[in-house]
Order: sequence, then structure tokens, then C-alpha cells
Amino acid sequence: MSHTTDYIGKPTNRVDGPAKVTGTAKYAAEFNVPNLLYGYVVSSPITKGKITKIDTAPVLALPGVQEVFTHENVPGFAFLDRSYKDDVAPGGSPFRPLHDAEIKYSLQPVAMVVADTFELARYAASILHIEYDEVAHETELVKHIDEAFEPGRGKTGYKPPKSRGNFGKGWKEGVARMEANYSHHAQHHNPMEMFASTVEWLGDKNLTIYDKTQGVFNSQQYVNKVFGLSKDQARVISKYTGGGFGSGLRPQYQLFLAVMASLQLERSVRVSLTREQMFSFGHRPETLQHVALATAADGSLTGINHFAVAETSQFEDFTENVVGWSGTLYDCKNVELGYRLAKVDVFSPLDMRAPGAASGSIALEIAMDEMAYAAGLDPLEFRLRNYSDFDQAQNLPYSSKALRKCYAEGAAKFGWEKRTAEPGSMRDGNLLVGWGMGGGIWDASKQPAVVKASLDVDGHLTVSSGTNDIGTGTYTIMTQIAAESMGLPIEAVTFVLGDTTLPESPLQGGSWTAASVGNSTVEACTKLGEALLKQAQKMDSPAFKNAKIEEVEFANGQLRLRSDSTQAIVLRDIVQASGETKIEAENSTVLTKLEMLKPPKYSMHAHNAVFVEVKVDPELMTVHVTRVVNAVAAGRIINPKTARSQVLGSVVWGISSALMEESVMDHRFGRYMNHNYAEYHVPVNADIHDIDVIFVSEEDDKVNPLGIKGIGEVGLLGVAAAVTNAIYHATGKRVRDLPVTIDKLL
Amino acid sequence: MNSFTFTQATAVAGAVQDKAAHDDAAYIGGGTNLIDLMKENVARPTHLIGLKKLGLDTIENTPDGGLRLGALATNADTAWHPEVEKRYPLLNQAILAGASPQLRNMATDGGNLMQRTRCYYFYDLATPCNKREPGSGCSAIGGYTRVHAILGTSEHCIATHPSDMCVALAALEATVRVSGPNGERTIAFEDFHRLPGDQPERDNTLEPGELITGLDLPEKGFAKNFSYLKLRDRTSYAFALVSVAAALELDGNTITEARLALGGVAHKPWRDKAAEAMLIGQPATADTFRRAAAKVLEGAKGQGTNNFKIELAKRAIVRALKQAAEMNQVLDTNAFQNSNP
Repeated sequence: MSHTTDYIGKPTNRVDGPAKVTGTAKYAAEFNVPNLLYGYVVSSPITKGKITKIDTAPVLALPGVQEVFTHENVPGFAFLDRSYKDDVAPGGSPFRPLHDAEIKYSLQPVAMVVADTFELARYAASILHIEYDEVAHETELVKHIDEAFEPGRGKTGYKPPKSRGNFGKGWKEGVARMEANYSHHAQHHNPMEMFASTVEWLGDKNLTIYDKTQGVFNSQQYVNKVFGLSKDQARVISKYTGGGFGSGLRPQYQLFLAVMASLQLERSVRVSLTREQMFSFGHRPETLQHVALATAADGSLTGINHFAVAETSQFEDFTENVVGWSGTLYDCKNVELGYRLAKVDVFSPLDMRAPGAASGSIALEIAMDEMAYAAGLDPLEFRLRNYSDFDQAQNLPYSSKALRKCYAEGAAKFGWEKRTAEPGSMRDGNLLVGWGMGGGIWDASKQPAVVKASLDVDGHLTVSSGTNDIGTGTYTIMTQIAAESMGLPIEAVTFVLGDTTLPESPLQGGSWTAASVGNSTVEACTKLGEALLKQAQKMDSPAFKNAKIEEVEFANGQLRLRSDSTQAIVLRDIVQASGETKIEAENSTVLTKLEMLKPPKYSMHAHNAVFVEVKVDPELMTVHVTRVVNAVAAGRIINPKTARSQVLGSVVWGISSALMEESVMDHRFGRYMNHNYAEYHVPVNADIHDIDVIFVSEEDDKVNPLGIKGIGEVGLLGVAAAVTNAIYHATGKRVRDLPVTIDKLL
Repeated sequence: MNSFTFTQATAVAGAVQDKAAHDDAAYIGGGTNLIDLMKENVARPTHLIGLKKLGLDTIENTPDGGLRLGALATNADTAWHPEVEKRYPLLNQAILAGASPQLRNMATDGGNLMQRTRCYYFYDLATPCNKREPGSGCSAIGGYTRVHAILGTSEHCIATHPSDMCVALAALEATVRVSGPNGERTIAFEDFHRLPGDQPERDNTLEPGELITGLDLPEKGFAKNFSYLKLRDRTSYAFALVSVAAALELDGNTITEARLALGGVAHKPWRDKAAEAMLIGQPATADTFRRAAAKVLEGAKGQGTNNFKIELAKRAIVRALKQAAEMNQVLDTNAFQNSNP
């Protein structure tokens, strides 16, 4: 029976929309607590060496300057490296701000001025005289390929790629072959909101910390361990986040500096970073990749070889799954995969939207296009001939896989059948037209998350969990799930998040929040339902006396019998009868944790297929992406509206990666030179034309009870490759070093 | 904090006197560049002289048939002024190719001439720059030079002037009106901006304390055959890799007058009169345009990562001249911008 409160799967406006557009949504740097001091960070102009002198006296002499923190006066906090490791820290020795005189990378924080106003702190920071003893740095990845090494299992979740079969044999068996090198450069997340922490000093080392983060518990445990504070002493709040894209997965150094200054000065302190300083921490690492493919006469792949070298810092081994996907996405017996890291003088890279897969899919999906041409096959037909119906990498069946539908529905919507294969064969007046495609695969995962559901005497349901909403729509979809679960209108439900006083949830990342917190929300609501039934049974209501939970339903703000919906009790009456102000329940994560210990029975992944049209001026070689169709198979879509926005953002980012986005390093200085929004190019509205998002139907009762696979990352995959492939189709020019800027096409 | 004093000038003479009375004073119009430079500590004036109350924001016909743009008229008001749209559409297009609507609403015409380079190294205090700190060296040479010059460079500086508007003004042969401690004078547009030579810290030929009061456009606006073509790394809000202002007068298919100015390639809007002369009397064909383009780029020198700009500039010149001759918007690579809802 359907109910008006069946919100799951319905396009639903963001519940936090009004707060955001009216400005009542407050971000980390907007909490104006009383007696606030302002910290301004001084960044290193050199890339490697030592600080030899810091002349703080003239700065301290300025009226209103409270302190200048440097490695010389910041006390040693926790001693061991492990105290500085956050939930997603890679293997190695985490960076400690203002710890010693050593400079490890350009823009490293070397001092922080704390003053009565932001303007004064900024000015004071600009006149702080620091002397350095500079030594030669190395930032050029290509020069360090020979020193590249195979990383261990440093980071949680990282598995070295597994080869299978015998690639050499498969390569020889092939009747058509391709091999090529691919590369892309570093990218910085650059969310609109810059990193900031406002630390409110409540006395006696009790702090409330408003932090920009993708995980309040991660920030909290970092502060607990580094500063020796109890959980009660460090409450972390992050209700709204102005974009994350992975940059907020690790606590950034402004958190350390703000907490440190607050504890030292026993005052409330805010530290916010500048746009330039947004280039002073993690980034998507540059990778150099090699792909070789071979096919039999029927177009089936006889061998896949994918090898990647990525940069990491001198102090941590940042790993991501760049090449592993190449062993899963297509059917092939002989797969050889390799992944190495090389250390250079940069800050440790950091997960950035579809980490690893975004990089790896550029090489694999351009290579697939090249192979299709070498084998004389249409790129879509070639992929269909190599469709994987069984995950050979994990040796497991798929829990569900509707990629065929993505290919079919995407191609139909795009009109792919009208494509002529020959490069340069399609025109629109004077312009060259190119059609290209790509696609990808991303993990459907789920983490333990605790959710509390609480119904008050007014019949209002508050559901809470310490997860985050980084703009993805968490507030909205959890409200939908809870409202549907309890049969309440959406207005009667509030979802609360982003606070360490709430039940514990994992970091918002990995596209797992919808599945993790969503399923837990259902469980918590189920528990609440049981509690409500139990309370109802204490009331004078014979119909429910012996009713079992399966025999009742929650609809229309009532508890009622499934067999006779006239037998009903209004939910708020149940709470009122209890004599309490509310009835609450929490889910248990025991089953999820047990499930995670068992070997998986299924390969669980989301997929997509992307079709792109470009128009290229044949003389000036300017490229416009005029049409994109992105067909996504990601299980059940809770909110087609917010999910579509996720995929639109992914497509824009894919176009960005293909055509313009890169952090440009001047290796002589070891410094990213385009460290601002004017020169770090991402698309403007005028660069974006038609984008069609298709969610193909994909039912999956194995992945998790709600059948959710997550939508945050998969949409990005294949987009950059599809644009690049379309450029080849338009021009006959195969560019393998992204972004494809105009100079590479002239 | 970074203290500075501020006076709101109400008359040109007062503003000029105020400037002379301070060591590190700066005039401020819309502030769209100066405030950026102050935030980045590239510019640190101790005294600002506000110009917004000077008036000088009108756009009026002149007795000789030209048009006078007040120095304080905003870029937006200028671009959309009916006389500009009708008689100087090249200027309209060039202005609209630059910055964003918000910036154009603030930025003034005089200020547009005074924009400083967007060289990455000029903006980053961690890297030496002769323009910012004379004698410290040029970091751009041998570095990342995507927005840097290929013409008229020196061993001391390879920066470019970032303006679009100025490229059109150069092609239209505007005259800059200035007022200074020694009275008023006019400067031909081609003499206003300068090449870096051994004084890259000097962007233009203004004498100390001089203030731009207006820009005079001559009568001839080339409204019939013109084109402003800007090539950049994204469709809006990016500085030119190469831009071309082309203006022609045609008798049938024969070119009787030609103007050609380039942006993004030199320390000043680059005008090549010899190349223009080559066009006169020639048929408006691709061959003619190619010869002129080759002439413009004759002495061009790439700096490594910007070598491509030499070829790109040639193609852009050919295209801009073709567009000017045919007035065919379909050829305009920026037409996409206008088709976007």
C-alpha cells in the first residue's frame, strides 16, 4: 500500500535549502563567539630547508597582537606519530604544524600571528621577518620514476592491485594491440569555503570547536590525541560545509593551530586559511600511467596491462586505487597491474572525488578508445564485447550490475548509432564534431553508523547522527528515509548532524554515507517503532494488546493495524501517555560490524557510461563540450533531484579535468604558481552546455537493505576520458596528457 | 593593521595636489585591481585618493565627431552606451570579453588602462620580480609563461598587459587625456603603455602624479567591419592567451584601411602598423590575412611554455580579419558564449 509519506525515490527539495539561501546556515568561520582572537598563518616561501631566524619582537610590539606562534614557542604536545594520525592518515609520519625548524614543502605553515582583529593579524603576519637556509628540493615526479617503490598497506582500505593470468601470453595472442603513456597533473580541491576553525574557549580546557571538516569525530579524535583532551573537553561541530570533495577528510592544520592557540592563550581563537593556502595541503596527486591492451580477432581482450606511478610526500605514503579498476571493469583472463609511489617535496596528497578511479579511468578509458580503433570496432560495441558479468578480480558474482542498461539507455538518448567512426568525419557547419565515450566503476560500500530516532510529545521526529552534509544532500535524504519509515510528513521530521555529541557516524566520503547512515536510519526508526508499540500496549487499547511489530504500520502520523487501519493511535498520544517528553531509540552497529568481518559474497559496485559531444574549431582548435549524457547505475536513488545535482557536478568536474584544470608547479621554486581562482581554471557557466543524467533502474537486495550504492563519485568516472576521446574523434589528435589545453591541439 | 589614509577627491586639481603631497599615494577608481594588489601585499600605498566623486563619468560626443569617455565611467556603462554600441562596436565587444559583469560594473575606464600585469610571479611575493622589486630578477623567464609575452620582451621582464579594452582602444587610436602637476596634456594611445626594456616597473608613460581624466575616440569607429577575438583557457573570466582587435574599411573586397592590435602577447597592446600597411590595397582574402599575420609575428620569441602563442596568434589574426571582412558571427569561436542560456 502506498502512502503520501513515501518519500524514498521522489525528487525532494533540499530541507536545508532555505537556511542556505537566507544565510542562516553558519559555516565554521561564521561563529562570532565573544572575545574572539584571530590567527593568521604565515606560509613558507621556500620548499625545502630550515628556518634560521624569526624576528617576532617588532610584530609583538604592535598593539593588539597577542602572540606569534612559531616552532620556537609552540610546546611539544603528543610525542608519538600515532597521536597525529587521523582516521584516513596514510602510512608514515604525519605533518606536525610549527613542530621544528624544518621546511618540507612550499607554503608550509611556519608561524601564526594571533591578534585582536583579523586585519591586524594579517598585517602583522605580512611583516614578520623570517630567515631560511634553503636547500635543493625535488618536485618533479618524472625525474624520480626509477626510485618509485611499491607501497605497503599503509592506509585503511588500500589493497595493492592484484594481477591474474599471464599478460605476456595474452599480449602475444592478440591480433591487435595498443600501448601508450598517459598523464595528468595535480589538482587541488578548492571548495568554495576555505578551511577554518573557530575554537570557543569555555574555561578549564573545555572547547567547542566549529570546524570545516567532512567528519566531526575525526577532528575530535585528532584533537583528543594531540592535545590530551577528553571527548567532553573537545566538542566538534560542523553543521554546514561549503564543499569538501575529500579535502575535509583529514583535519587540516588550521584545526591544530586554532586549538593550540586557544589552549595556550586560554581564549577563543579563529583561524581561517586564504585561497592561496588552500594549495598548501592535500591534492589529487599527479600520476604517470602506462596501459597496454591486446584483442583477439573477435575483439575480446586477451590482455590488460595498467601501471601507474604517483607522487607522494617525503613523510607519508599516500595510496589510492588507480589501476585496480582495470582488473574489474572488463572481462579478461590476463591482467597485469602495478602501482608505485615516488617521493617528492610536496605535502601528502589526499583523497579527491573518486580518488584513484578518476585518475586510472582517464588512462584506461582513453586506451579502450585507442584499442577500439586499432581493432576496428565501435567504442561502445568494443566495450559490450568485453562486458564483465562476473568480477574476476575478486572472484565473486556482482550483487547487481546494470551497466548494460547504462550503455543502452545512454547511447539511445545520445543518438550514438548516428556516429561515423572516422576521425574528422562529422561536422556542424565549419566546426568539427566529435563523439566519444567512457565509463567507470566505483565501490558500493557501507560503514557502521549509529542513528538515534526520537519522537517528542508534539509528534515531531528528530533523527540524529554525527555524520556530515558536504552539500551532497544528506540532510534531505535522511529526512526522507526517516519520514517514510515513521509514516510522517517531511515537515514533522528534522535530521540533525555534524556534532560529536550525537551518535557516532563515519567520515563523509567514499560515497558511503547514503548507504551507511540511510540504513541505520531505517534501523533506528524500526527500533523506535518497537518502543512505540510497546508503550501503546501499556495503554488502554485492546486492538494492539497482542499485536506484533509485523502486524502494525506507521502511517498518517499514527500507529495502526495493517489488517484494520481504523484501529489507530496518534503517535504523539503514545508519547504523552508515556509521561516522558520523548521516546527514543538507537540502532545497533553490531550486525554491520560482523558483516564487515565476513568474507564478501558479492562484488558490489556502481557503474556509469558517459557519452560526450565536442565541437572543435578546425583552425583555432578551441573545444566546446556541447552535450553530455551520463547514465548511472547506482542501485536505489533516494532523491533523484539531489542525486542528479551530484552527477551534474561530476560532469562539470570531468570537463574541467579534461580541458583546463591543473595545479601548475614551477619546479624551480617547487611551488604551485596558479594558486588562486583567477588562474586555477575550472569551468564557468559559459563552458557548460547540455547535460543529461540518467539513473537506470537497478534493484539490489544484497548490497544493503535499502539497495543504495552511493552516487557521490561514480558520476565523475569516464567523463574526462570521454571528452578526450571525442576530441580525437573530431580532430584525429590523440592527447594523452591532460588537461587538453589549446596548445596541445595546435 | 595595514594602515592607510583616504581622502575623497572632489576636483582634479585637488586630487593631483593630494597625490603630490604624499610619498606613497595611489589614486583609486573602481579598485578592482588595486585592492587585490593590496591584499596580496604587492602594492602598499599609505594614502589613497578616491576618484569616484570627481564626476568625469560621462560619455559625450565631441565637436570633432568623436566620443569622449570620462575616466570614471565604468566599463559596463561604456560598453552599453548607445553611442559606443552604435559607433564603436569593437570597443563594446572588447570590454565585454573581459572580466565579469560584477567587475565591469565597478571598474573604470581610466583604471582599465592602469591595470597591472597578471604575471604569476609578479603576484607571488615568494618569487623575484623586476616589476615588483626592480633588480630582483625575472622569475617568469624560464618558468610557467602561459600568460606571458612573445613580442617586445626584454631580459628583465616578459609580462603582458592584461586588458581587453585597451586592445580595442589601441586599434581605434584613442587619445588619453591626463592632468598632472604640470597641467594637462594628451597622450596618443600607442604611446601610453610602454615596453619593459630595463625599467619593467614602469607600465606606462605617465609622469609622477598624473591622473587620467578621459579618453577621446576619434570619429572613425569601424562599425561596419570589425572583430574582437579572444582566445583563452575557458569561455569567460580568464585572461587572454591571445586576443585580436581587427578593424577594416573595404571598397568592395579591397581593403582601404586596416587596424590590427593584439592583446596577451606583449607588455602593451601590440599594434603593428607595418602589417596594417601590407593590407591596404589588397583583396580581403585568407592569403592577404596570412601575410599580415606572419608580419606581425616576425620578431616573436617564445618563452618555452608559451611558444604555442606564436602560431595561435597567427591563426587568431587571420580569423579576426576574416570575421571583420565578412562580419560572420558563425566564424566566431566565442559565439558559444552567447548561445548559453
